[in-house]
Amino acid sequence: MNNYHWNWGIFFQTIQNGDVTYLTWIIQALGWTIAISLVAWVIALALGSLFGTLRTVPNRGLALLGHAWVEFFRNVPILMQLFIWYFVVPEMLPHDLSMWVKQMDPQISGFIFSVIALGLFTSARVAEQVRAGIQSLSRGQRAAGLAIGFTTFQTYRYVLLPMAFRIIIPPLTSEFMNAFKNSGVAYSVGVWELVFVSNQMVEETGGQVIESLIVPTILYIICSYTANRVMYFIEKRSRVPGLIVAK
Amino acid sequence: MFASLDFSIVLQAIPAILQGLLYSLELTVVAMVGGVILGTLLALCRLSSNAYLGFAAKVYVDLMRSIPLLMMILWFFLLVPLMTGVRMGPENSALITFTLFQAAFYSEIMRAGIQSIAKGQINAGFALGMTYSQTMANVILPQAFRNMLPVLLTQTFVLFQDTSLVYAVGARDLLWAAKTVGINNGRTVEMYIFVSLIYFVICFSLSMFVKYMNKRIAIIR
Repeated sequence: MNNYHWNWGIFFQTIQNGDVTYLTWIIQALGWTIAISLVAWVIALALGSLFGTLRTVPNRGLALLGHAWVEFFRNVPILMQLFIWYFVVPEMLPHDLSMWVKQMDPQISGFIFSVIALGLFTSARVAEQVRAGIQSLSRGQRAAGLAIGFTTFQTYRYVLLPMAFRIIIPPLTSEFMNAFKNSGVAYSVGVWELVFVSNQMVEETGGQVIESLIVPTILYIICSYTANRVMYFIEKRSRVPGLIVAK
Repeated sequence: MFASLDFSIVLQAIPAILQGLLYSLELTVVAMVGGVILGTLLALCRLSSNAYLGFAAKVYVDLMRSIPLLMMILWFFLLVPLMTGVRMGPENSALITFTLFQAAFYSEIMRAGIQSIAKGQINAGFALGMTYSQTMANVILPQAFRNMLPVLLTQTFVLFQDTSLVYAVGARDLLWAAKTVGINNGRTVEMYIFVSLIYFVICFSLSMFVKYMNKRIAIIR
């Protein structure tokens, strides 16, 4: 450790294949990381809510569909799923479409497939939370909704889901933070996000490991902390009066 | 499309795949055993009356939980040779990283498990004349483990999936085997499909087992 040569100046050097500095490159990488995580989170929230809800409906077929969705996307590692999307799915597409995908800018196609992979992977986890939230409500809630003449859809829309979502905000918070942490897998398909850039920086600077890794690491911590605070704010504003958590 | 797929490569690949799978499982088991032991110690530190010990454990756990595993793998792999001069190879490096990293997650589970035990149990231990460590080892921890077993297993299931991230440093795990065999034979599509199935079968069985355990434990209470 004593003969490690600190060189913080590397952030102001120009990268090997371009005309921006490493600092600018890292900031652009942060942009990619945030973009992947947020878009994936929107997909995960939408699909997770849908399939999580389906798992609790009286219709057997729909419940099975929700179940299959969760098991399918939950039981294969995220990196493996990304490889399937990026390397396998384009081969399965009709020829013209396949060609079109392969000729896309690698940054863009890498981004799109990362977002799909991370979005669907996270959606299975969100669906589990949504189902748990709905099932944690007392049976009387559903019965009450139906008793006052609501259809099943209305019961979900006006009675069950508004309660369930407010209850599951804490576990959703950690899934939101996980979305940021898992977004790093996009480096493996060549998206210039934080992991990719820090790896590249270690190589190009000839082993300035600490400088290259510490800035992205801190940026990740800031991202997940911000995600945590945003969710906490929503949680506080939406607490259900009368439950133990409400003050 | 499908017509051009040739799954005969799978048969040839079995020895390489088995070797990769063995490493993935080894990594899972080592990180689980090491992580649970270290995690339990961390949990005990956090719950101890010594404020410094508690604070140190909290900082460790919070730090590990806020850094992506992928970054941790890179940090450890690149920094340790730099600091100590020891080159340990990506496989051994990952074994240590995973143990240290998972300890933080297991420690939160164990902490919840210990805190779920009624306070009277500690008092009962003391009343019988046991020391603090005897009470913990013989009274509290066995119950905490039992209560938290499903959650510990769920974490292990997450851990097994995360082992694929060692790809970043080129450790020879299941995913690495699939990629290498696939590229060498020009059959990546078949290999990725096959290995996804292996991951799926293992993870699905494990999650079924956790469900079964959950039911068993629910009846005991």
